[in-house]
Amino acid sequence: MAQAFVPQLLGRSDYAIISQIVEPDTRILDLGCGEGELLAWLAEHKNVDARGVEISGPKVQQAISRGVSVYHGDIEEALADLPDQAFDYVILSQTLQESTAPLKVLRDMLRVGRRAIVAFPNFGHWTVRLAHLFTGRAPKTKLFPHDWYDSPNIHFLTVDDFEALAQEQGWTIEKRIFLHGARQISFLPNLLSEVAVFLVSK
Amino acid sequence: MTTETQLARFHMIEFDSGATLSPVEVAYETYGELNAAKSNAVLILHAFSGDAHAAGIDKETGSVGWWDNMIGPGKGFDTDKYFVICSNVLSGCRGTSGPGSINPETGCPYAMSFPPVTIPDMVRLQKMLTDSLGIERLLAVTGGSMGAMQALQWAVAYPDAVASAIPIAGTARHSPQQIAFNEVGRQAIMADPDWNEGDYYGRRPPARGLAVARMVGHITYMSDASMREKFGRRLRDQNQFEVESYLRYRGSQFVDRFDANSYLYITKAMDYFDLTHDRHSLSAAFENVKSRFLVISFTSDWLYPSYQSLEVVRALRGRNCDVAYCELPSSYGHDAFLVNVAEQSELVRGFLASTFRGI
Repeated sequence: MAQAFVPQLLGRSDYAIISQIVEPDTRILDLGCGEGELLAWLAEHKNVDARGVEISGPKVQQAISRGVSVYHGDIEEALADLPDQAFDYVILSQTLQESTAPLKVLRDMLRVGRRAIVAFPNFGHWTVRLAHLFTGRAPKTKLFPHDWYDSPNIHFLTVDDFEALAQEQGWTIEKRIFLHGARQISFLPNLLSEVAVFLVSK
Repeated sequence: MTTETQLARFHMIEFDSGATLSPVEVAYETYGELNAAKSNAVLILHAFSGDAHAAGIDKETGSVGWWDNMIGPGKGFDTDKYFVICSNVLSGCRGTSGPGSINPETGCPYAMSFPPVTIPDMVRLQKMLTDSLGIERLLAVTGGSMGAMQALQWAVAYPDAVASAIPIAGTARHSPQQIAFNEVGRQAIMADPDWNEGDYYGRRPPARGLAVARMVGHITYMSDASMREKFGRRLRDQNQFEVESYLRYRGSQFVDRFDANSYLYITKAMDYFDLTHDRHSLSAAFENVKSRFLVISFTSDWLYPSYQSLEVVRALRGRNCDVAYCELPSSYGHDAFLVNVAEQSELVRGFLASTFRGI
């Protein structure tokens, strides 16, 4: 089952995958960009036009101090302001499960960008299933470490859920990368992948 | 850093109203060194009551510049890297031509015969100054409050001459509330018999009216929280609240350094400023802008609330302009742009550095 070893970028495997997907000299929008580490890296190493959106004030300050153009605000509102096809890639990393209207966000990502890169923790992972089955309580695992009452995650989705939604919406999945720890896997991704990264276009 | 205000003189300036002024003088200061490529110039645009003395210690008076905590070696606007310019606005009273200047045709001060001034007029004179310094494209134009309005006007009027704009605690147009407070100030001045239709030069100026105008202004620059913290209900003398004493002090101090007619002209310029004027929308106003933007607002600023900065940011984003926006937490109200220096410095430092790398 184990395949290619994925090097980390800035301490994260999904960043490494995203950095491999993004082509040089493109326009990037990172939703929930945090302190702008990924955008700053892409600007420096891939010469991209990097923009971000972040709701946390202190993180926005850090990102702007890094020289990244970040908008301090809510992702849904931030997307609504932007014109069609303004970006080559719109990135949503580890935030889909936290958004109040995930489908609206995904649709708007594909309106604003030619392609969307979506990375999320897989709620179908076997440890999550077992935790729920055996404890009978909201699963608490390495991937989903929070108690139900203080979790930022409000929409739980699996790899198969995303595939089904893409099919239903008529989106093309150009790339799908499944991560188990630092390894890229392809066997039984809905059961074995911890994090999934999808490259989607309309 | 000791500094000295310089004076540039131009043959003529034409106002939006069609009126002309000849000659026209502009007071300015510079800090740091202009590089060989003339690509590191930052123009600082002062707020309503500011002047050209933005940083350092004045050679003659020993006074410290109004944004000294932001401008200097190693500071947010780092004068080791950038060439910083600040000039007094047109119709001001701190060295640049204004109602208190002598009309060469009459030998008397212009007073109310000085042409009505707009924010675009102020910016036009600044452009004449930067042209005369040989600077074709400014690395940044920046300022708080009325300075933010000028920065926006620069980006709209001279898109090729501005690599970036940093409007802080500003707006693209005054709200009725902002106009209302300005009108109270103007009425206080004009109700003072010493104002005498603006003809008071060489006599007793309308000091009481101007002081009251300034007191109202100071209330709007603070916040409920900052006033509670600063004054509480403490009494200074037996029957005078600390806050009363403070406002009276600031009012009387202002009279010594500001001209009442300039107060009228500049507040009118602010009130009439509207980037959407003659255009369908704010978005249309930004049609030709080419600069990057860093827009900053403050949570407790109720005079220039964040929604006004956001209006600008959203119109720019709608045009897919390169814009960074941050609402900084502060309890200081509108004064925050002069007080919350640490956070602003970090934002400005990073933004300027990346702009400089990109040009």
